[in-house]
Amino acid sequence: MTGILILLTYVAIFVVTWVVVTAVVGRALQGFNALKTVTFGDESAVTPNRSASIISVLTLFLIWGAFTGSALLPSFLHAPGPFKGDTQFTYTAEDGDGNRDDAIVFARVAEVGTDVEDPVAEGADEGFAKNDVVVAGAWRSELIRVDRNDEIGRDAGHKVVAINGEPIEPGGRVKIADGEVGMTPKGTLNFIPAKGLQMEPIWLPSPEAVWQRFLNVSTEGYQNFTLLEHLGYSLFRVVLGFLFGALVGIPLGYAMGLSGWFRGWFDPIVEFMRPVPPLALIPLVIIWAGIGESGKIILLFLAALWIMTIAARAGVSGVNITKVHAAYSLGASKWQLMRHVIMPNSLPEIFTGARVAMGVCWGTVVAAELVAAEVGAGMMIMVASRFQLTDIVIMGIILIGIIGFGIDILMRMAEKKLVPWKGRS
Amino acid sequence: MSGLQIDNISMRFDLPNGGHVQALQNVSLDLKEGDLMSVLGPSGCGKTTLLNIVAGFLAPTEGQIVLNGHQVKGPDAERGMVFQQGALFEWMSVRENVAFGPRMKGQNESQYGENVDHLLDVVGLQDFKEKAIYELSGGMQQRVALARCLANDPDVILMDEPLGALDALTREKMQGLVLKLWKETGKTIILITHSVEEALLLGERLLVMAPRPGRIHKEYRLPFAEMGVGADLREVKKHKDYAPTREEILSMIWDMEEEIMGRTEESA
Ligand SMILES: Nc1ncnc2c1ncn2[C@@H]1O[C@H](COP(=O)(O)OP(=O)(O)OP(=O)(O)O)[C@@H](O)[C@H]1O
Ligand SMILES: [Mg+2]
Repeated sequence: MTGILILLTYVAIFVVTWVVVTAVVGRALQGFNALKTVTFGDESAVTPNRSASIISVLTLFLIWGAFTGSALLPSFLHAPGPFKGDTQFTYTAEDGDGNRDDAIVFARVAEVGTDVEDPVAEGADEGFAKNDVVVAGAWRSELIRVDRNDEIGRDAGHKVVAINGEPIEPGGRVKIADGEVGMTPKGTLNFIPAKGLQMEPIWLPSPEAVWQRFLNVSTEGYQNFTLLEHLGYSLFRVVLGFLFGALVGIPLGYAMGLSGWFRGWFDPIVEFMRPVPPLALIPLVIIWAGIGESGKIILLFLAALWIMTIAARAGVSGVNITKVHAAYSLGASKWQLMRHVIMPNSLPEIFTGARVAMGVCWGTVVAAELVAAEVGAGMMIMVASRFQLTDIVIMGIILIGIIGFGIDILMRMAEKKLVPWKGRS
Repeated sequence: MSGLQIDNISMRFDLPNGGHVQALQNVSLDLKEGDLMSVLGPSGCGKTTLLNIVAGFLAPTEGQIVLNGHQVKGPDAERGMVFQQGALFEWMSVRENVAFGPRMKGQNESQYGENVDHLLDVVGLQDFKEKAIYELSGGMQQRVALARCLANDPDVILMDEPLGALDALTREKMQGLVLKLWKETGKTIILITHSVEEALLLGERLLVMAPRPGRIHKEYRLPFAEMGVGADLREVKKHKDYAPTREEILSMIWDMEEEIMGRTEESA
């Protein structure tokens, strides 16, 4: 229900901002694109609309805030929250002989984890059914044995037959103001305060709660390690695993590209290992190397190795034969050909491979830490999830995303700097 | 013995399906030092194959290539090659490309620097020497390829359709440049082309090859290259012998092409 509402809100914001922004800003194509008469279907005329990007990110936060009752948003933007406060309902009890009597249940709903006093039962209270009080947490339901304080107990034939005058039977539910009252198969009443449309913090904490948790964890750490150590260990494993993978994979790829024996020998291994997802190796690596650093680095080494091998092999086989011929007829020796033609010529492929490998390694390290680790970004969110610390989980996911994105940006910058001719020959 | 001898070369390619192609059959040629020879022929008559054998990229099934008295066994700096395109090194600047040959010989900047800069001047790329290859136009790239080949000071220059990818105007300028370099350096040059006009202008000797099997059909000795050195090539084309020779060669090649077409139609 809430999910559909969130989706509809999202789509609505998408459409409305699109219409509004294009109407206000107009079709502000710039430069050469402004002169094109055919833009629809011309992929090169499609540049990302930056205001759309900004609105997109803001929308995510807006929806996140609205459905978590974030204090960052004015309250009129909030989705209806859960009921909190006092309410009451009447139940009608029947004794074994068919006599009926009404009594009131005074309910108080408060934030989970806060201390609240019981509500006070007020008013006259005659008959065999006596008034009850109940305290429930927001979003939580609470069972009430209303017969406990009544003159006749359940064993003596006491039965609740109606809520606020509406008949109820075991398994049924009756709507009341601010919530619902259900009845278990055994006849116990269950008070379910209205949940509203917001998410409970244990499912989705508000943005500021995540931010607060971020500040908290970065100063105090979590599970014996500071936040920086958690992230640093993950990054360190990735960098080390990738470096070993590249150090072995690139020469291996070159050898496979240059020698038939190497190609033949390693082809079956590489072709077999390539489709095996690194995640599938985690159990074996744990059996062999345990959950310590070496196991993780071996895993990441394997994750990077095949990607780098294949990239280097493709880089060598991709060399234009005329370049090789040209180098030889200019007097290059085999080693000079290797050094001045084949190696630089393979750099674009190797960079592409390195970007893929870094991405795969980053994903693999988090997964490996989820399975077993003493420190690391994945371990942090895994342990937090066991304690329902959703704010740490979300913070961790965001940080993992930011770091992965950062790695890719750095790789792209290095690529631009080191292989400016990529894709231009 | 100096010069380049192409001595009874035959080349047979075995095909994966068991058949074979006779790309060249008993091709013999004798080039003196300083000869400028253009090669014409219908597509598939073995021009590239012949050039690759002379360059040493391919070993002939029969015959041998002899340059300055020794047999050619593989590629070597004494035989420079200018390719149609794609042979420049994108990871080097224009100047580094031109200096590639000397550097491979172990020379340092002080040894090759002057010559490289001179060649960049000759091909008119002094202002572009620090540019990357992908920043140059096609014609500029071919001038780099030419300069790179010359920087190595080869005895023989082999060109496989070096101007094929250029527009008519750039092409004409480049033809003038080739003639100028030929005269100034006195190098032996073999130039493959698809353009009869180019073959006439850039061939002191003009070789017409015939296909299936690839062989020499006819050789001409022409005065136009000598006339074209330092002159306007369009004036050369007005020479009384130019048009008749062109027509003769054109119809010769046309006949060959038609014969090929006829044969393929029969076999189809
Ligand atoms: N590596 C090879 N394997 C098999 N056949 C080949 C090979 N190289 C060339 N041939 C064949 O040899 C013949 C001559 O080819 P070549 O490339 O020398 O022709 P060409 O005269 O240069 O043609 P074009 O003018 O189109 O460049 C063709 O029939 C071609 O199919
Ligand atoms: Mg050819």
